[in-house]
Amino acid sequence: MFRKPVFIITAEIVLLVLLFLVILGPMMSLLIWSIAERWYWPASLPQEVGFEYWKQALGLQKSLAIGAVSIVPAFFLSIFIAIVVVIISMLIAIPAGYALAKYRIPFGAFILFLFLMPNAFPQQPIFVNLLHIFTRWGLAGTVGGVVLVHILVGLVFGVWITNATFKSIPPHLEEAARSVGASSTKAFFKITFPLAAPGLLASAVFVFITSLDEFTGTFFVGLPFVNTLPMTLYSASGYNMQFASVIAIILLIPSILFMTLIQKMLKAEYVGGMG
Amino acid sequence: MSGLRLVNIVKKYGKLAAVDNLSLEVKEGELLTLLGPSGCGKTTVLRSISGFVAVDNGDVFIGNRRVTDVPPEKRGIGLVFQNYALWPHMTVFQNLAFGLELKKMPKEKIKGKVEESLAMVKLEGHEDRYPRQLSGGQQQRVALARALVLEPDILLLDEPLSNLDALLREQMRFEIAQIHKQFGITTVYVTHDQTEAMVISDRIAVLDKGRMMQLGKPVDIYSRPANKFVAGFMGTTNFIHGNVSDFYDDYMVVTTKSGLSLYGKGSGLEKGQEVDVAIRPENIDFMSASQTSSGKKSLNVFDAKVVRASYVGELIDYQLEIKDSLIRAKGDVKRRLTEGETVKIHLDPDQLSVLRG
Repeated sequence: MFRKPVFIITAEIVLLVLLFLVILGPMMSLLIWSIAERWYWPASLPQEVGFEYWKQALGLQKSLAIGAVSIVPAFFLSIFIAIVVVIISMLIAIPAGYALAKYRIPFGAFILFLFLMPNAFPQQPIFVNLLHIFTRWGLAGTVGGVVLVHILVGLVFGVWITNATFKSIPPHLEEAARSVGASSTKAFFKITFPLAAPGLLASAVFVFITSLDEFTGTFFVGLPFVNTLPMTLYSASGYNMQFASVIAIILLIPSILFMTLIQKMLKAEYVGGMG
Repeated sequence: MSGLRLVNIVKKYGKLAAVDNLSLEVKEGELLTLLGPSGCGKTTVLRSISGFVAVDNGDVFIGNRRVTDVPPEKRGIGLVFQNYALWPHMTVFQNLAFGLELKKMPKEKIKGKVEESLAMVKLEGHEDRYPRQLSGGQQQRVALARALVLEPDILLLDEPLSNLDALLREQMRFEIAQIHKQFGITTVYVTHDQTEAMVISDRIAVLDKGRMMQLGKPVDIYSRPANKFVAGFMGTTNFIHGNVSDFYDDYMVVTTKSGLSLYGKGSGLEKGQEVDVAIRPENIDFMSASQTSSGKKSLNVFDAKVVRASYVGELIDYQLEIKDSLIRAKGDVKRRLTEGETVKIHLDPDQLSVLRG
């Protein structure tokens, strides 16, 4: 067996430790903050630790501390909004992505570019204007209004990723299905859709996470009536670092879960079979 | 089983006609090859037979059924693609069974049919493999089996061997021809490879710029090209330019500017017309200096100067000069001529095609 020289192993270890510091360092700080019950300058670690703030945040214990709110309603509202946003976005993105990939649509590239628009400009001016329009339509401060904003922001991931996914599937696969007697609908659902599934899931996850983390649009259109998790995080961060840390960690969980899932899916046999 | 008929089909992309008023009849059980360079319209013709291209004009008949407006899944065709187009998420068995399941065939019968088809392409026992676990040649066999398992009226093959390496390609040619012979299914085969077309076809349709250049048996296409395009496309050909000066027996006499007179076969040409004489390198016979000839053999005997001689292994590739004309010839390795040498050559007038210039 070939053995690696010692200095290469050392270099690998050093690199790994540095990587951990860069990636996990900030997260460690969040973790420590979330359990710090007493932490005064100049101590480098908290003087008192405990799960007091977690309990309060999760609504298990009432507290009168400034900025202390139960984040449970906000959590469920955020998840609810994200799910609705994913469903509507994918209902738009799958047909749009498929059509743009398969057919020669006039100005197809331009249509794809349009979906990028909401993300291509500074968001504050866009959402300030949107607030005016939504107020006129009675959508300001409603969950419906926030859902619309999230779709606007998330659709670029929806359409672009589904489009790229469908483009990566050779059109001959569907034609071969037609030639053995499948209608175009059947060919899509039996051949193209299963092959596209990992990409479509990835796209849905991106939309979900975008909605979960969306801040600017919700801030202008939703507040003060629609309090999503990022809104709660924002209001807590000014007063209470511990609460902010708890919320931040909770916001991270779905992202990490989904990213792991996507990685698993993309590693699966589909990718190898595409060629 | 049925034949196939294309009547005046036209397909335009913008102003460019990919298929320009093409009519073609493929007889029942025949293997017809659409041959031509890339962009000649052969794939568009194939796709209008399969129904993936809607023709702008004309009609497609399968047997007596007019299928011009029938969607691909209802035409009763089997398709084999250049890139195999096997479904990567299905096993070999599932790939073959898919069409049968759509027909609501009972499970037991499907199993039997799939096994039968796989045996035909010599892939027994590969049912549970995924396409990516097979070699290119095996994938193409599965694709062929998938097309045949449904017993289609027409089998369409779109450059099926282009992605395989040379050795495998040669082997598969014979296998496809064999399967065709065995089942006698009406087949349209698309290729740009003239050797492949020669080996495999009952008849060849040579296409260029969306038009039919010539339709006929491989031997006729090769030895009796209808025009300069076909002559040039079917292999190395020498063209000598001249004018029809006379008729002699069955032959035409073509005289070049430098005064060379060639006897050859041609039709529909008039005296004085500008023509090209097509001579295949292998049809040039080298004569010994003492050899004399009479009758037909005395026609087309010339003194030629060897300008270049390249040893290729199995033969010698010569460049010869007859008066002002340079021609390529294939010579036997047993008799090696040196550059600068003069040699007597004979061009068989039956093998010379006089074509419109």
